[in-house]
Amino acid sequence: MNSSALIHAVIDGVLTGSVYALMATGLTLIFGVMDIINVAQGIFVILGAYLSYALSVHWGIDPFVGLVITIPTLFLVGIVVERAFIGRLKGPEKTAMSILVTYAISLVFEGSLNMIFSVNYVQIQASYVNQSFRIFGVYFAYIYVYGFILAAVLLGALYVMLYRTRFGASIRASLADQTAAALVGIDVKRVSTICFGIGIAITAPGGMIFGATNTFNASTSYDLISRLLTIIVLGGMGSLGGALLAGILMVTLEDIVGVIWSPIWSTISFFLVLVIVLSVRPQGLFGKRSARIA
Amino acid sequence: MNRKGKLFRTFGVTSVAAATAMMMATASGASSTTLAKGAPVTIGVSLSLSGDFSADGLAYAQGYKLWAADVNAAGGLLGHKVVLDIVSDASSPTQVVTNYQKLISVDHANLTFGPFSTLLTLPAAQTVNRYGYAMIEGAGGGPSVFQAGLKNVFDVTLPVAYDLKPFATWLTSLPASSRPKTISYVTSNDPFTQPVVQEAQKLIGSSVKTVYNKVFPAEATDYTSIADAVAAAKAQVVVLGSVDVPTVSAFMQAFEQAHYTPQAFIATAGPDQGAAFIKAVGAGNADGMMVPNSWYGQSKNPASMKMVAEYVKKYGGTAAGVNADIAEAYSVGQVMAAAVTATGGFDNAKIISYLHSGVTLSSVQGSVKFDALGENTAQTAYTFQWQGPKFVEVNPVGDPGAVKILFPKPAWGM
Repeated sequence: MNSSALIHAVIDGVLTGSVYALMATGLTLIFGVMDIINVAQGIFVILGAYLSYALSVHWGIDPFVGLVITIPTLFLVGIVVERAFIGRLKGPEKTAMSILVTYAISLVFEGSLNMIFSVNYVQIQASYVNQSFRIFGVYFAYIYVYGFILAAVLLGALYVMLYRTRFGASIRASLADQTAAALVGIDVKRVSTICFGIGIAITAPGGMIFGATNTFNASTSYDLISRLLTIIVLGGMGSLGGALLAGILMVTLEDIVGVIWSPIWSTISFFLVLVIVLSVRPQGLFGKRSARIA
Repeated sequence: MNRKGKLFRTFGVTSVAAATAMMMATASGASSTTLAKGAPVTIGVSLSLSGDFSADGLAYAQGYKLWAADVNAAGGLLGHKVVLDIVSDASSPTQVVTNYQKLISVDHANLTFGPFSTLLTLPAAQTVNRYGYAMIEGAGGGPSVFQAGLKNVFDVTLPVAYDLKPFATWLTSLPASSRPKTISYVTSNDPFTQPVVQEAQKLIGSSVKTVYNKVFPAEATDYTSIADAVAAAKAQVVVLGSVDVPTVSAFMQAFEQAHYTPQAFIATAGPDQGAAFIKAVGAGNADGMMVPNSWYGQSKNPASMKMVAEYVKKYGGTAAGVNADIAEAYSVGQVMAAAVTATGGFDNAKIISYLHSGVTLSSVQGSVKFDALGENTAQTAYTFQWQGPKFVEVNPVGDPGAVKILFPKPAWGM
């Protein structure tokens, strides 16, 4: 093992981890506001990837430009799904039931995508997808750098929206205590619907980057959702900062272990860290204990 | 014997009798060895129509259906129309067990065909073995399947351990002056890929210096750092143990981003997926990529040419783009048909005995002859390579169908 390989692993981890963090942010936002564990998040990421792919292949639209179309589209998909299924979940079993309902939604979308696009693997292509540039002897792939910048911008925008706007205050109030938020006049139902839409809309850029760096079909969503759930559990369910840190930590740790030890231990090492963290902090790195109890 | 002992004895005898009765009922209800005139013969199959192996699962379904359509067009199996009962296992080794239990005990399938992958074939074969069924399959060539001591499993494809032998022979027989000096081995910890790569390492030995040799988890979704580490080793040859297109594609993309082009790059699976591979990686990038296999779409075997023509007519595309899974699945059907015809019925015990008799059969992939373990010993391993839009045989060197190998591999995207 040389230092160059280690530096490369850290860079790969940070760049790739930020995109995973972006995808996981939607998941944790939805849980934080609505107490919904959305196991369909993986298939929405793949839906975002397929939308970018279709725009690129059929209309020649650059995947990044295509986000102008795919983000609002997925926001609307999220609103429809929330109104049709998620918003109807009530009572103390709501969180548990949400797993079953969103799993069913995931299967419906998976079947539909298989029918439309077939099960053959595809990848989003653009001139810069396979290109890279070199700094101090280290190659940086354009697509990962663009993905990192995109993730940073969107996570920054999400932060501004949450902490600098009136609507963001409503979301944070709902995150803290839904009953109290309703008592002070916040329309928690409306906030929940929009949050679900935002949570799904975020999968559009995440899916686009994922689809440009991996070949995928609808079934790829299973691998994704297990990763995303792991990230938000480690970061703390409902914590946006936690998702960001855990996403980067997960991929970076795996990459470092893969380089200095062996790739076979990379996944195990992350889960080992997860178990250790949860045994000390059951609510995750940045989660609130009440959020896990809810 | 005291009262308690009698009670236990009575209970024990009753339990054994009940269990025996249930097993007999299950066995008798599972399938008939003779079918009423005009009754269809049902063949139960579990395939991965979703999950990690879905692309291969779909191709297998197409291959099985193509064979069934041909058989039915010719009057069926012993005059009985073939009905395929295909259920999805979602690429799960647990679900595949449930599926075959259901196919036999509930759906009363008369015969069974294998699922996709070594990972799923082993539990599937063990399950149908409990019911006395033959498991003829085309994608369970990993050693773990044959080492399980099953007498009912028959793999119509060449055992995977021999897959890279022609490649290794070609590499080590190159003159020292032109032979690559360094090699990287990287493989998924899958029961199909690891034995192939390990066997290649054994065959190549010290003829080419190993500079990287690592195993990565089968459940990996992000290959960037692994591929970057392989690229950093800068070996002239890369042997990749892959099970699917995404794995190969990820390594190819990372290599291109790292401006690293090995002189020879062979992957155990992925490039054999025909048009599906080209669609995923782009035609320019596929040039020079190699894969071991025992069949290809432009094979001159007359039965293969007929099958390929039918496939292209039905699904479109070109001969070069036909997935090798199609031929594997079709061969399974051909071997089963030959066994049924030879034994004159659908008795699985007779079919198993017949296939173990040392008889040599024909398939679209070539000859089929099973040893005691159920391995096909009559087939030849080939190495195939993408050369422009063509998928061609490049070794064994000297084979009548082989063309000159494209070596060194062209740069990415050329």
